[in-house]
Amino acid sequence: MSVEPKMPKCWRKESKPHKFCPGCGHGLALKALGMAIDELGIQDKVVFGCDIGCSLLAWDFFDVDIVQTHHGRTTPVITGLKRANPDLIGIAYMGDGGGYAIGSQHLVNAATRNEKITAILVNNTNYGMTGGQMAPTTLPNQKTETSPYGRSIEETGYPTQGPEMVAAIARDEAYAARGTVANMRQLKGFFKKALQNQIDGNGFSFVEVLSTCPTNWRTDAKGTWKYLEEEMTKFFKVGEFKTPAAKGEQS
Amino acid sequence: MIKNLLQGEKKVFMTGNEVIAWAAIAAKADIMYGYPITPQNEIMHYWTRMAPKAGKKFLQTEDELSAGFTTIGGVLAGKRAFTGTAGPGNTLMQEPVSMAEMMRLPMVIVIQQRGGPSTATVIYSQQETNLTCYGGNGEGLRVVYSTATHQDLFDYTIKAFNTAWKYRFPTFVLADGYQAKMRESLTMYDPKDRGIDMVPVEPILGKPGVPGIDRSPTHIRNTYNTEEELYDVIMSIAQDYEKFAPEIIEYDEQNINDAEIIIISHGVVSRAAYGAMLELREQGYKVGYFRPITLRPFPAKQLFNRARQAKMLIVVESALGQLAKLVKDAIYGCATPIENLSKPGVGIISEEIVERVKTLLKGGHFNVS
Amino acid sequence: MSNLIKIALAGEGGQGVQAVAEIITEAAHEDGREALYIPNFGVEQRGGVSIAFVQISSDQIRAPKFQKGDIVIALSERAIIRTKQYVDQNTIFVYDKSITNVEYLPQNAKYVLGIPAVEISKTELHPRVFNVVILGAVVKATGVISEQDAKNALEKKLGHKFEQDSNLRELNYKALQRGMELVEKVI
Ligand SMILES: Cc1ncc(C[n+]2csc(CCOP(=O)(O)OP(=O)(O)O)c2C)c(N)n1
Ligand code: SF4
Repeated sequence: MSVEPKMPKCWRKESKPHKFCPGCGHGLALKALGMAIDELGIQDKVVFGCDIGCSLLAWDFFDVDIVQTHHGRTTPVITGLKRANPDLIGIAYMGDGGGYAIGSQHLVNAATRNEKITAILVNNTNYGMTGGQMAPTTLPNQKTETSPYGRSIEETGYPTQGPEMVAAIARDEAYAARGTVANMRQLKGFFKKALQNQIDGNGFSFVEVLSTCPTNWRTDAKGTWKYLEEEMTKFFKVGEFKTPAAKGEQS
Repeated sequence: MIKNLLQGEKKVFMTGNEVIAWAAIAAKADIMYGYPITPQNEIMHYWTRMAPKAGKKFLQTEDELSAGFTTIGGVLAGKRAFTGTAGPGNTLMQEPVSMAEMMRLPMVIVIQQRGGPSTATVIYSQQETNLTCYGGNGEGLRVVYSTATHQDLFDYTIKAFNTAWKYRFPTFVLADGYQAKMRESLTMYDPKDRGIDMVPVEPILGKPGVPGIDRSPTHIRNTYNTEEELYDVIMSIAQDYEKFAPEIIEYDEQNINDAEIIIISHGVVSRAAYGAMLELREQGYKVGYFRPITLRPFPAKQLFNRARQAKMLIVVESALGQLAKLVKDAIYGCATPIENLSKPGVGIISEEIVERVKTLLKGGHFNVS
Repeated sequence: MSNLIKIALAGEGGQGVQAVAEIITEAAHEDGREALYIPNFGVEQRGGVSIAFVQISSDQIRAPKFQKGDIVIALSERAIIRTKQYVDQNTIFVYDKSITNVEYLPQNAKYVLGIPAVEISKTELHPRVFNVVILGAVVKATGVISEQDAKNALEKKLGHKFEQDSNLRELNYKALQRGMELVEKVI
């Protein structure tokens, strides 16, 4: 092994190296999240829920309590936990299939009920774990295993705009943003704000993360980053879409 | 140009998921609805590649609830519609299937069983036997074909469409991850070359004519106001089920006439069971083989008659007693002891069955020659 | 079922063991025999050991997997550890000599053969045809398919590439040949 990259304190060393493919964005997203947890000093309070999808490979990722749930059902599991024990800090971590397809009703309803949890959704424009099928976030004309001739906008619509949707339906106390693994500092900042919003008891917080899936994209390192930075950002605007009306920020 | 993709008989070597896509083409299926789940995915992958060339359609839904209900929509429109799923997807699929059961809708569902409960493994099991036969809040009024070979997958996928549309019960092809992912040979054919006519389909809703003027409107429902109403509806469905069952039931039995021990298995496990039976016969044991092909309706009478004459039954399955439950139910009143070899979520090979049978015999509590 | 041959091939993702299994079984199928091949698969897309279970026989093949193989081929250290369970006293166990840690090699096999397939494909041929060297080794060790059948199967699979570059055909045939020699030498 060459030099070990510095790990966030809350990462579980025994479970590293992690199980994601080389070049996968999940590891980076979880690094930014780990740093956010460290900086907020909340390792003892966080309960991390991961979905079914490649996010499940994080079931032993952190030195925090973790529950791996069913596909699409992480948001309600964490909602139930938080409702039963508001002292905990609940994080629901999922893929775009988990959050925007099978679990979309949970995302919508958690947002409208203003559940005081943090949902993090990794957007890699496909279903990674099941071998690269079309996802709600698949780009127009993108070839996947179930859109072998390219995603047809006529037949299957446009890529889901998650944070925009959450911003539209959630209350003023909610937080919604889209970060990218190409900008780790900003991503960590979004995570911190999202978690702070929960800590302050404001309401729902949601961060979508633009991420990479070289295995199913069948890209090399260069192609992977090009796709992330050039193609994906054409449809997915990075930034904050809703910041809570001040309560927590005044102090 | 829409091509006839399947012409003449062809011996091929491919994966089970590919076989199912081809069989659906051969059966003149019109549309598939589905949601990704391993080990079923490649049915969709092959279908989405072939379908446009054959003028057929596909919709990827947001989950299996939707896949099941959109399949129902396709059926209502009078199309040969099908879906495929597995494991946790099969759990969700039971909601639409219970509606199809209540409303006699001929939907076709392919199940590639994986480990359970919960997400478990994406590999293999026979743990969806209960669920597929009796899932939902009803009485299990559906047809379930349990396949063992790629030839079965082809034959019974075609047959499933005909059974569904002839008898109007939701119909399952129950396979597993091994069958999905393995490659072996089979013969593909155009059903009409073998004298198999596809049962014609027709719209259930949206028939020609102005409702109320040219024809009476079609109103179908699954909700009833009184207990008595519901009772009548269920009993009439159940009566039909009973009436058609003898035509639908299929099973395979080998070396059974003089059998003192009968090995009972279904699906891919019956391949090993058959091998074990031959091996034990060679060693002089009077062993027979019984395989229900339809798990619903179950060949109960047939098994009962055989079981009565045997001294021991052994139920072999990659689940913890799910087939055994069907067997016990079927042969209620027969005193022949039932033993088992149950390995939930794990494959079973002939040698293990041979060993188990011999151990049971050595145990000495069966007086078997 | 005495003529049933059971082969387990295991390696790291990218070593091409699944392609070898596919070629062997397809060739046997073309030759009119029964063949069954199943890969292992799990939730991880990358990173696990890749195993192919192959069975070839004149009769219908029973269970898709087996407990003990006639030939077990392991191409990485992890693959050795993972495939030990498929070895018994009737098994020929083949591993690649580039694996220096021999601590995990099975002790109960009929033969344990180390072949320098990685090195030969790197120095004499091209790393890309590594799995064709392995194919040659399997062909020789089992005799399940003939050299000609293997060549036909390669042609079927790679024919379109051979068209564009006829050197490729030669390279593949040479790799097949070398794989066969490697086994011949040790047996
Ligand atoms: C009810 C149900 N349906 C389907 C599946 C199969 N499944 C597992 S992971 C997955 C999708 C993964 O995609 P995504 O959520 O985008 O996450 P990624 O793997 O890309 O990170 C699916 C469909 C399942 N486990 N449960
Ligand atoms: S399949 Fe894609 S999303 Fe999953 S671990 Fe590999 S690179 Fe990451």
